[in-house]
Amino acid sequence: MSSDSSYYVPASSRMPIFMAFGLLLFVLGASFTMNNWGEEDSNAHWLLIASFAVIWGTMFFWFGSVIKENDSGMYSGQLNQSFVWGMAWFIFSEVMFFFAFFLALGYVRLFAVPWLGGEGEKAITNILWPGFEAAWPLLVTPDNEQFPGAHHSMSIPAVSKLHTWLPFWNTLCLITSSGTIALAEAGLRKGNRTAFKLWMVATLTLGYVFVFLQGLEYYEAYTHMGLTLGAGIYGTTFFLLTGFHGFHVCLGAIILTIMTIRGFGGAFSDHDHFGLAAGSWYWHFVDVVWILLVLVVYIF
Amino acid sequence: MSAVIDSHHDDHHHGPAKGLSRWLYTTNHKDIGSMYLWFSLVMLFIGGAMAMVIRAELFEPGSQIVSPEFYNQMVTNHGLIMVFGVIMPAFVGFANWMIPMQIGAPDMALPRLNNLSFWILPVAFGILLSTFFMEGGAPNFGWTFYAPLSTEYAPPTVTFFIFSVHIMGASSIMGSINIITTILNMRAPGMTLMKMPLFVWSWFITAYLLIAVMPVLAGAVTMMLMDIHAGTSFFKAGGGGDPVLFQHIFWFFGHPEVYIMILPAFGIVSHIIETFSRKPIFGYSSMVYAIASIALLSFVVWAHHMFTVGMPIAGELFFMYSTMLIAIPTGVKVFNWLSTMFKGSLTFETPMLFAIAFVALFTIGGLSGIMLAIAPADFQYHDTYFVVAHFHYVLVPGALFSLLAAAYYWIPKWTGKMYDETLGKVHFWMSFISVNLTFFPMHFVGLAGMPRRIPDYAMQFADWNMMVSVGAFLFGISQLLFLFIVLKCIYNGKAATTEVWEGAKDKGFEWTVDSPAPYHTFSSPPSMESLKSSS
Repeated sequence: MSSDSSYYVPASSRMPIFMAFGLLLFVLGASFTMNNWGEEDSNAHWLLIASFAVIWGTMFFWFGSVIKENDSGMYSGQLNQSFVWGMAWFIFSEVMFFFAFFLALGYVRLFAVPWLGGEGEKAITNILWPGFEAAWPLLVTPDNEQFPGAHHSMSIPAVSKLHTWLPFWNTLCLITSSGTIALAEAGLRKGNRTAFKLWMVATLTLGYVFVFLQGLEYYEAYTHMGLTLGAGIYGTTFFLLTGFHGFHVCLGAIILTIMTIRGFGGAFSDHDHFGLAAGSWYWHFVDVVWILLVLVVYIF
Repeated sequence: MSAVIDSHHDDHHHGPAKGLSRWLYTTNHKDIGSMYLWFSLVMLFIGGAMAMVIRAELFEPGSQIVSPEFYNQMVTNHGLIMVFGVIMPAFVGFANWMIPMQIGAPDMALPRLNNLSFWILPVAFGILLSTFFMEGGAPNFGWTFYAPLSTEYAPPTVTFFIFSVHIMGASSIMGSINIITTILNMRAPGMTLMKMPLFVWSWFITAYLLIAVMPVLAGAVTMMLMDIHAGTSFFKAGGGGDPVLFQHIFWFFGHPEVYIMILPAFGIVSHIIETFSRKPIFGYSSMVYAIASIALLSFVVWAHHMFTVGMPIAGELFFMYSTMLIAIPTGVKVFNWLSTMFKGSLTFETPMLFAIAFVALFTIGGLSGIMLAIAPADFQYHDTYFVVAHFHYVLVPGALFSLLAAAYYWIPKWTGKMYDETLGKVHFWMSFISVNLTFFPMHFVGLAGMPRRIPDYAMQFADWNMMVSVGAFLFGISQLLFLFIVLKCIYNGKAATTEVWEGAKDKGFEWTVDSPAPYHTFSSPPSMESLKSSS
C-alpha cells in the first residue's frame, strides 16, 4: 500500500457552477428562441449564443486544469481508472439515447404504419384515412395536406448504382476512420509519434468528409427529393436518427481535432493518453451506431 | 488549486471553506450530500403545498377554490416535483453522504462532476417553477405528459418544461455515473462486491437503471420538442406516427424509474432493520439477487401502464405475466426483512418504526400493484383513484418513509448530535396515522369509479374525500414537525457516540468514524479488519 493507498481529492472548484450557469443560459435561450421563432424583435438568440460561450469557455478551463493536474503527477492509477469507468458509462448512456430513436423507428415500422393501413383484426384506423396504404419507406402519408410526404426515399439503390449513393461513401469513410484511429493509438503506444500524427490527420479527414457528405445528402433531400422534417414519419425518423448521429460525429470530430492539436503540441505519452483513448472510444461508438443506422434506415 | 491528502497532518488543514463559496465550489461529498438533502426537503414542501391545494379543492364536491386549469397545473407539478425534485435527489443525497463512508472511500470518484450534478438541479426546477408566471401557465398535462396533450394542445411553456426535463436527466445521469464509478473503483481493499453494504448494492443497481433509462426520457422529450417546433410527426397519426408511441417510450423509461425510486429504499430499510434487530440481515445474497431481478424485470413490464390503450392480446398477456413475476423477488425481500426481525432483540427507535411501517405499508402498495397487473381487472381500475392509492402507498409510506427513516438513522452521524426521540416518535405516529387516513380511502373511491386528475367528483364520493383531505392536511403538518426536529437536532441536540446505535457496531465503516464524521472521512483506505475487530 504505497502511493496508491493515498487518496486524491481535488480542492473546491469554480468550474461546475460556471457550467450550471451556462446551462441555465442555454435553457432560457433555447426555449425563448423556439417560442419566439419568427418574431422580429426577439433577442433570445443572443442568450443562446452567450450560453455557448460560457459552456465552451468553462470546458476549456475545466479540461485544462485536469490536464495540468495530470501532468504534475497528482493522479493515481485509481483515479485514472475512475475516468475510464466514467467514460464507459457515459457512452452507455449515449447508446440508450439512440435506443429511444431506434425504438421509435421500430415501433412505427412494425406497428403504427401497418395498423394505419388496416392491418389487425380490430383495426378501425383506416376509417379516418380511407385508401391509405401502409408502405415503407412511407412516401404517401395518411394526411397528405399536413404532411406532404416525399418524392424519393433514401433507400439503397441497385448494386450497379451504388457508387452514386452517398451513404455508401459515408459508410466507407466512417469504417475506415475507425481503423485509422486504432492505428494512430497503436503508433502512440509504440512511441512512433509520426505514425500517430499521420493517422490522426487521416481520421479527421475522413470524419470531416463524412460530415460534408451528410450535409450534401440533407441538401439533396430538401431541394430535390421533397424529403423534409415535415414530410411525415419517414422524413421524421430519417432526419432525427441521421441528424443525432451526425451531431455526435461532429462532437467526436471536435474532440479528436483537439486531441490532434494537443498531440502535435507534444501531449500524450505511450502509457498516459486517456484523453485520446476516450475520444477514440467515442469515435468507435458513433461508428457502431452508424452501421446499425445504415441497416435499419437505409437498407432494410 | 488542489491537494493530495496523504497524511493526517494534511487532513486538518483541509477543512471546509467559509461562506457561500463553500457551497458553490465544493467538491466534498458531505457538502454535496447535504445540499441534495436540503434541496429535496425544500421541494417536498413546495410539492406538498401543491398537494394541499389539490386536497383543498377536493374537500367537497363542486368547484371550490381553484380553476380547473390551475388544478391541472397543480396535479402536474405536484407529480413532477415529488418524483424528480424530492424522492430522486433525496436518495442521491443519501448516496453522496453514505456510499463513500460505507465503502471506505475518501470521497466520490469524480467530485467536480458531483458538484455539477447537484447545481443543475436548482436550475432545472427554477425554470420549471418559473413557468407558473409565464403566459399560458405552467405545464398542465400530468406528470406523464402524454402526447398529444403535451404537444399539440400544450401551453407554450412546454418548451421550458422539455428543457428542464433534459437538465434533470443530465443531473441524474452524471450523478449515477459518479455513484457507479465510486462503487466499482473506490471500495476499500478486501471489500468484494458480495461484502458491500446493501444500501451500496441497491444504489449500484439503481445507478445502472438511471443511466439506462434517463437517456430514453431525454429521447422522448426531444421527440416532443421536434413535433412541436420542427413539424415532425412522431406522435401524429396523420404523418404516419402514433401518439401511443409516446406512451411506449415514456413507460420504457417510466417503469424502471418507479424502481429507481424504491430500490435505494430497500437498501436503507435493510440496514435499519438489521441494526435494531441486532442481527445480521437474513439472506444477504438473496437480497442482492432480488434487487437485481427486480431491476432487470423492470425493463420488460412497461406496457402494464397502458393496458387500456388498445394493444394486441398477446401484448396484454405478456406484460401481465411479466409484471406478476416481480412479486417474487419483492416477496423474497419482504420475507427476508421479517426473518431478520424474527427472534431479534428488537427496539423501536424512530428509524425502526418508520422501517417497519415501510415493510407493512409498502406491501399494501405492492399487493394493489398485483391487482392492477391483472389486465382484465385493470380495465376497471385504470385511471381511477385506485391507481392513485396504489402508487402513493409505494411512494409515500414506501419511498418517503424510508427517506425519513434514513434521516433519523444517520443524522447523528452527520451532525454528531441526537435528535429528540420523543418528538421523533410523535412525528412517526402522526405520519403513520395520517398517511393511512389519506391514501387508504382512495382505494374505496377508486374501486367505486372515481376518476383521477379531475377537480370535481360525484356526490357519493364526498365523505371519503373529505376524510382523505383531512388526512392530507394532517400529513402536511406532520412534516413541518420533521423540519423542526431536524433543526432542533442540529442546534440543540445531545452529543452522539461514534457507534450511535447499539446494534450498529459491525454494520459498516460509517459506524467506525467519529460523530460527526470528519470533513474528509478517510485519508487512506480502511481495512476490513477494523470492521470485524470492533464487533
